[in-house]
Amino acid sequence: MKLFYWTLISLLSHWKRHPVQLASLLLGLWLATALWTGVQSLNQQAKSNYDQAASLFDQQAGVYLQAPGGQAFDQALWLELRLQDWPLVPLLEGRIRIQEPEVRLQLLGLDPISQMQLEGTASQILGRTSLEQWITAPGQTLIAPSTMQELGWQPGQRPLTTQGQKLPPLVSLEGLAPGLLLTDIGWAQELLHSPDQLTRLLAPQQWLAPYSGQLPQLPEAIEEQLIWQQGEAEADLGRLTESFHLNLTALGLLAFAVGLFIVHATLGLALEQRLGLLRTLRASGITLNSLLLALLVELGSLALVGGLAGVISGYWLAAALLPDVAASLRSLYGAPVSGQLEMQPTTWLTALLMSFGGLLLAGSSWLFKAARLPILALARPQAWYQAEQRRVRLQGVLALVAALVAAWAWLQGDSLVWGLLLLAGLLLSAALWLPLLLLGLLKLANLLARGPLQQWFWADIRQQLPGLSLALMALLLAQAANIGVGTMTEGFRKTFTGWLDQRLAAEIYIRPETQQQAEEITRWLEQQEAIEAILPQYQIQLEIEGWPVEVGGLVDAATYRDSWPLLQTLNQPWQAVFSENAWLASEQLAQRLQLQPGDQLELTTRLGIRTGKLAGIYADYGNPRGQLLINAEEFLTFWPDQPIHSLALRLAEDQASAWVEKLRANFQLDSSRVIDQASLKEWSTGVFDRTFNATSALSYLTLGLAALALLTSLLTLSQARLPQLAPLWAMGLSPAQLAGLNLLQLLLLALLTALLALPLGLLLAWSLVSVVNVQAFGWRLPLHIFPVQLGISVAMALLAALLAAAWPSWQLRSRASARLVKVFAHER
Amino acid sequence: MNARLLYLLIFLLGLSACSEAPEPPSGFAGLGTEVEGYPQVSRNDRIRFPEALGAHPEYRIEWWYVTANLTDENGQDWGIQWTLFRQALQPNQGKAKGWQTPQVWMGHAAITSATHHWQAERLSRGGTGEADAQAQPFKAWIHSWRLSSQQEASFSPLEVYASDQDFAYRLQLSTDQPFVLQGDQGYSQKSEQGQASWYYSQPFFKVEGQIEVDDQQLQVRGQGWMDREWSSQPLAPGQEGWDWFSLHLETGEKVMLFQLREDGKDYYSGTWISAAGEPTPLEPEQIQMQPLELTRVAGRQLPTHWRLQIADYDLDITTRPLNAKSFMDTLVPYWEGPIFFEGSHQGRGFLEMTGY
Repeated sequence: MKLFYWTLISLLSHWKRHPVQLASLLLGLWLATALWTGVQSLNQQAKSNYDQAASLFDQQAGVYLQAPGGQAFDQALWLELRLQDWPLVPLLEGRIRIQEPEVRLQLLGLDPISQMQLEGTASQILGRTSLEQWITAPGQTLIAPSTMQELGWQPGQRPLTTQGQKLPPLVSLEGLAPGLLLTDIGWAQELLHSPDQLTRLLAPQQWLAPYSGQLPQLPEAIEEQLIWQQGEAEADLGRLTESFHLNLTALGLLAFAVGLFIVHATLGLALEQRLGLLRTLRASGITLNSLLLALLVELGSLALVGGLAGVISGYWLAAALLPDVAASLRSLYGAPVSGQLEMQPTTWLTALLMSFGGLLLAGSSWLFKAARLPILALARPQAWYQAEQRRVRLQGVLALVAALVAAWAWLQGDSLVWGLLLLAGLLLSAALWLPLLLLGLLKLANLLARGPLQQWFWADIRQQLPGLSLALMALLLAQAANIGVGTMTEGFRKTFTGWLDQRLAAEIYIRPETQQQAEEITRWLEQQEAIEAILPQYQIQLEIEGWPVEVGGLVDAATYRDSWPLLQTLNQPWQAVFSENAWLASEQLAQRLQLQPGDQLELTTRLGIRTGKLAGIYADYGNPRGQLLINAEEFLTFWPDQPIHSLALRLAEDQASAWVEKLRANFQLDSSRVIDQASLKEWSTGVFDRTFNATSALSYLTLGLAALALLTSLLTLSQARLPQLAPLWAMGLSPAQLAGLNLLQLLLLALLTALLALPLGLLLAWSLVSVVNVQAFGWRLPLHIFPVQLGISVAMALLAALLAAAWPSWQLRSRASARLVKVFAHER
Repeated sequence: MNARLLYLLIFLLGLSACSEAPEPPSGFAGLGTEVEGYPQVSRNDRIRFPEALGAHPEYRIEWWYVTANLTDENGQDWGIQWTLFRQALQPNQGKAKGWQTPQVWMGHAAITSATHHWQAERLSRGGTGEADAQAQPFKAWIHSWRLSSQQEASFSPLEVYASDQDFAYRLQLSTDQPFVLQGDQGYSQKSEQGQASWYYSQPFFKVEGQIEVDDQQLQVRGQGWMDREWSSQPLAPGQEGWDWFSLHLETGEKVMLFQLREDGKDYYSGTWISAAGEPTPLEPEQIQMQPLELTRVAGRQLPTHWRLQIADYDLDITTRPLNAKSFMDTLVPYWEGPIFFEGSHQGRGFLEMTGY
């Protein structure tokens, strides 16, 4: 035991003498774990919030009644059923805008008494409040503590809506989904301006049980006005947002892998420097087993320290990114995600395990080498590198396999998992090819070399290559990811802004509260000369093959004919829509149902099932649901009672904001109900920017990691390369020249890698845009290439390499003479 | 006297979480709590019809209560109960409407046989139409359950209906007798301190109709009793519960008796009703009530057999339940069921026991 202790102390003493190495090892572990933990915490936070939202009514197979279009309906319908003993639980859902801070929150109106029939968290929560305070003025608004904190509110406060109404006093309650306000139906009806209106009637499972799968037949008078719906709307969140989280996870894993490259390189350096020590220990009688055990204990302690630091900073990272991610999820999917991070113990544990596993993985090859260390043999780097040559050939084979996997995934390509497999195969294959490619290029250069120094220069790079190859791979991957993500994001931004210009052609958009208001507004607008056109739009929410789809009704107007962003069409698509009742599908819908223009599609309408021909497909970026557009006349034959969903107004652009003000004042519309084009565009681009903030932050962090990987590898090499450099110094090259050559060599390698990363990055961008995005979101973007961005990326890679090489070169230059002399004295 | 509104209170207390400190005694289910802002029952007022049939939302508590002792074609005995309670959460100055109406309604229905006790409960908000009561034509309802006059202008005949998963009843109630005002012209005192309620009854219903239990339909007929009571503070603080009897004597006379239990000072009250419907209030000292036998029901000991004495009327009877397990396992649990009695007089009736 004592012997083991001293062995361990001897091994650890190395780190005391090389604090920079220790720092970079811990840094690698720390960053890898931090990025991974960060991503995982983000995902977990979102998922636990979805669960909270989904468990509100405890309806796994939730069954409820709603109006055919999902709009509000008269509570008299509920009363009629209630008086026939249908134990339905009424809900009123809506969104309200708050003045301070300016946010939109989901408002849910509940009746606590009928709610008692359900077992979800809502019932438990209501069981903890006083019925009297809940029902009687001023009522109560329940809110999650995290949301309250986020918005800077205090219990008892009564925030104002943008229309100047006071919310009932706030009461904070644990367990409530974030971003959600719960209040009594009565207060909700006032706040949402929906007197006597409801949006959903939940059916208790217990009551449905005797119907054994059938749904109770609605009385004739109500049959037309309410329909049964199955599947809790809240549970859809997990499904809708799955791809978003999968993307984050993939980036997190990439970052973790890059972090492990650093760890691998540093461990290599440490072993290289401790070969003598290991030999000495073995020679002085330490058994191989206890030596390995000591190394393992050493690794374990490092993993613990690095991992813990990683978990903690991962938490900070996640906390920093969460507000953006939460905001994206809220705006894109309406998913209630808290901007406050609550970390689960499992995340901590998983991250620590990942840290241990990662370190073991990164260190295993070195442990293996240590185990086979010949006690008496001299360290022979050259022999190692010969072994590396064999490994390079093996790598070639692996690279080929990875490429085949990528190709196979591409051919399969009908789900996001295949898309990600394609990415993984592509990246792995490219990374494994990299040393071979570089080797080939260097051999070629060697052939062209003139004079001994040039020949030495090229041959020396080749010799450095095996030691640097892992770090270069990391650089390649990080840079390719940076290019890929950057190209996709920029391309998306370009397409998206162009698309917004087309899609938001009208100057003002109005969403009336009721059909009556829609008619009043229309009548008033018709008398205004400045208004060039009033375009009513109808909408109804349906399911097509189990997927949520919005069916919209459009009136014939030049606005649509001129600017709607059609992607693929038959001849004269608008003619077909307005004269022949053909339909238009959003790209997401067409992708999901495998539709092409000319195909037939079935729709369940009030009249029964109706079939229509698809005249075209249009882009509908950012919409998690499918969309189908039909002409308004046909829409109204299918759903005669459907109120107007929105009004689009055409008028002179410079008058838009003045008219928005007029409309707001005349009809008491808040800013969520009337908005001009410019504000709407600003809001949409805001959503877009936030969506990719997390992605690009992660991709830059990954690039930073790659630079670190390079630095640690160079440190390893500079130690090992002294014997190669010493003769050159002896032959008259100054240390400064040597350092310069060294720097040049590395920049050359980095440049080659960066250049190779360009096509890889573009290939990655193509896969993201044409495969992964299509699977994840249902839309395909045109691939835009941005030369300036590519140039910046290469420059950044070179800068990273320069920074990484600067220190070892400076070391060589400043302390070289003494150390180089030593080489001749030293046994190595 | 029916303590049901107490139940309502309990049910409300059950819903509220804010009971950090032990409260001073406030009567069974908080019925002894004094609350500002509600009108108090005053001896100077009078009960007026038909308004007295509808709801009195300005008062704190109120109930409509029907029991019936029935017999089917095979000679089997049955009891039914139909009750609707209203409880105000807050004095309402008539401002709040719709969902904001500070009222809660609760319905209880039961069928009792010698071997079974079927029961159900309904809850609802006021102001939405789910539950309410109107005076003319008289109708009181919660969800599909209702007690309603069958003619526009006349209170009788009525139909009473309730159903649940495993039982249902639809009965016709008719009488040509007038309502019986309990206590002093309907002013029914509940304690020495003067707590009181408005209380009247219709004990003379002839009942016939169908009951349905376990998918079996039966024709039944018998006698029914309806109680109406409203108040803002019917109990004195410290009164823990009560035992209440309604008795149909074979002579055609009716008797209502109750005791409100309070440590050391139980309060007795009752009314002797002649066959013609003439009520005579009974003074506390005229009444003697003595438990004879306890039955263990729902984890508690309840006096299901009693000896009742009213010396001035030569009444000395012993009562026994049709089913000793007629326990209402509702949000506010209590015992309520049909009874038989013999001794100086014979007949049947109903017993209600709360606060055990």
